[in-house]
Amino acid sequence: MTAITNYFKSLILVELFRGLVLTGKYFFRKKITVQYPEEKTPMSPRFRGLHAQRRYPNGEERCIACKLCEAVCPALAITIDLEERDDGTRRTTRYDIDLTKCIFCGFCEESCPVDAIVETRHFEYHGENRDDLYMTKEKLLAVGDKMEKQIAADRAADAPFR
Amino acid sequence: MIEAIESALDFLPAGLVTLIIIVGKILVLVLPLMGAVAYLTLAERKVIGYMQVRIGPNRVGPRGLLQPIADAVKLMFKETIFPAKANRFLFISGPILTLAPALAAWAVVPFDDGLVISNIDASLLYILAMTSLGVYGVIIAGWASNSKYAFLGALRSAAQIVSYEIAMGFALVGVLVAAGSLNLGEIVEAQRGSLGIINWYMIPLLPLFIVYFIAGVAETNRAPFDVAEGESEIVAGFHVEYSSMTFSIFFLAEYANMILIALLTALLFLGGWLSPLHGVLPASLLEGEGVLALLLGDGIHWLLAKTSFFLFLFLWFRATFPRYRYDQIMRLGWKIFIPITIVWLLVAAAMVVWKIGPWFN
Repeated sequence: MTAITNYFKSLILVELFRGLVLTGKYFFRKKITVQYPEEKTPMSPRFRGLHAQRRYPNGEERCIACKLCEAVCPALAITIDLEERDDGTRRTTRYDIDLTKCIFCGFCEESCPVDAIVETRHFEYHGENRDDLYMTKEKLLAVGDKMEKQIAADRAADAPFR
Repeated sequence: MIEAIESALDFLPAGLVTLIIIVGKILVLVLPLMGAVAYLTLAERKVIGYMQVRIGPNRVGPRGLLQPIADAVKLMFKETIFPAKANRFLFISGPILTLAPALAAWAVVPFDDGLVISNIDASLLYILAMTSLGVYGVIIAGWASNSKYAFLGALRSAAQIVSYEIAMGFALVGVLVAAGSLNLGEIVEAQRGSLGIINWYMIPLLPLFIVYFIAGVAETNRAPFDVAEGESEIVAGFHVEYSSMTFSIFFLAEYANMILIALLTALLFLGGWLSPLHGVLPASLLEGEGVLALLLGDGIHWLLAKTSFFLFLFLWFRATFPRYRYDQIMRLGWKIFIPITIVWLLVAAAMVVWKIGPWFN
């Protein structure tokens, strides 16, 4: 008996009509497309975008060249050289991140004992040759100087969960 | 209007005037058709987008309305690549042989009472012949590409189109029996009646109507019968090696065929240009010269509305159904459609013989 009813059901295309009704309903549903350059989705304070080097309020760079980030970097994107300054502090002479290698995992930020290397919310950048995507110490510090307010606010927002 | 043009051109030799008028008629048909094809591609992307809760193309021009023009310009300026071991002559004739019958079939399609390029008696047969010819282009394109995917696509397409041609032909025979004529204009006029929609052949010939439209979807290689393209199995099927204009000609032909099938379904089963308001509104409202009578009465706008509805169905199907497996397509064509059409052919013949009303009395 079920075989017969199934036969007639398939003959009058019941299931196909059900499918059509479903897509027909979706046709009138509110569209969820985010029209990117004009509209943007909300972003977490933990967003991992372009890297930056931070400074202390007195202008001294935070990085102490401990090389933890270089050691933890899974993509081997970080290169660090260092020197001892006249005042006895340990500072980098070279701090490069190759963005073409970087996988934006955030381990460098996680491992940094002084919160020097951070990843910012900025992700809308591009490079027209490889040099543009090779972040030197100067470039990283410049990004940090420019975005310090946002960076500090994001760290403060995330601090209770760390 | 044609007489006016003829008399304006009577300083030219008679043969030339005839030629000019024929070419003019063809242009008047083909140019809007190409425009319709272009905007059907946009409508397809929009409709499918809407059904997937997206908004579809909206960047080129206001609300994306210039998108088809951008696509056409892009395709025209691309390079046509000939595969190294392809047969050049056949490779180029493939798309031509696909497009030519797709356009030639339009010659006998009436848009309104008497509004037709060539009013021949066997127009239904002519259309059946022309739509069947399209498969040669597909086979030749697949064969000439010298590529295994294109070859598989061509074989699939050939077997599928041949199978569905039979069910389609039988469905058309049903219409033929009911109308008693092979002329498309006369078939439409045979559906005229005092009851409006009830008089259309989609009521007495409902199974044939459904089979005809589904077979039409299969004939045009559209989803869910698009195994000839089958991008998940055989990349893009018969046109995998084609690029640039040769590629876009396949698409022109496919969409022209879609519009043709939708238009024919409207003509054969939905009363073509007949107004659905016969029997609903008093006849005095539907005849005469006033704007209201032009709008509510018979006319090309009803035909276009019905065609658009079927075109929307094509897109709706594509957004809804997954592709049939190849053996299922064959099973559907041979073991379901053909028996249904044969049975209903007998029913239709019986209805005509015993003059079952309100259609055949």
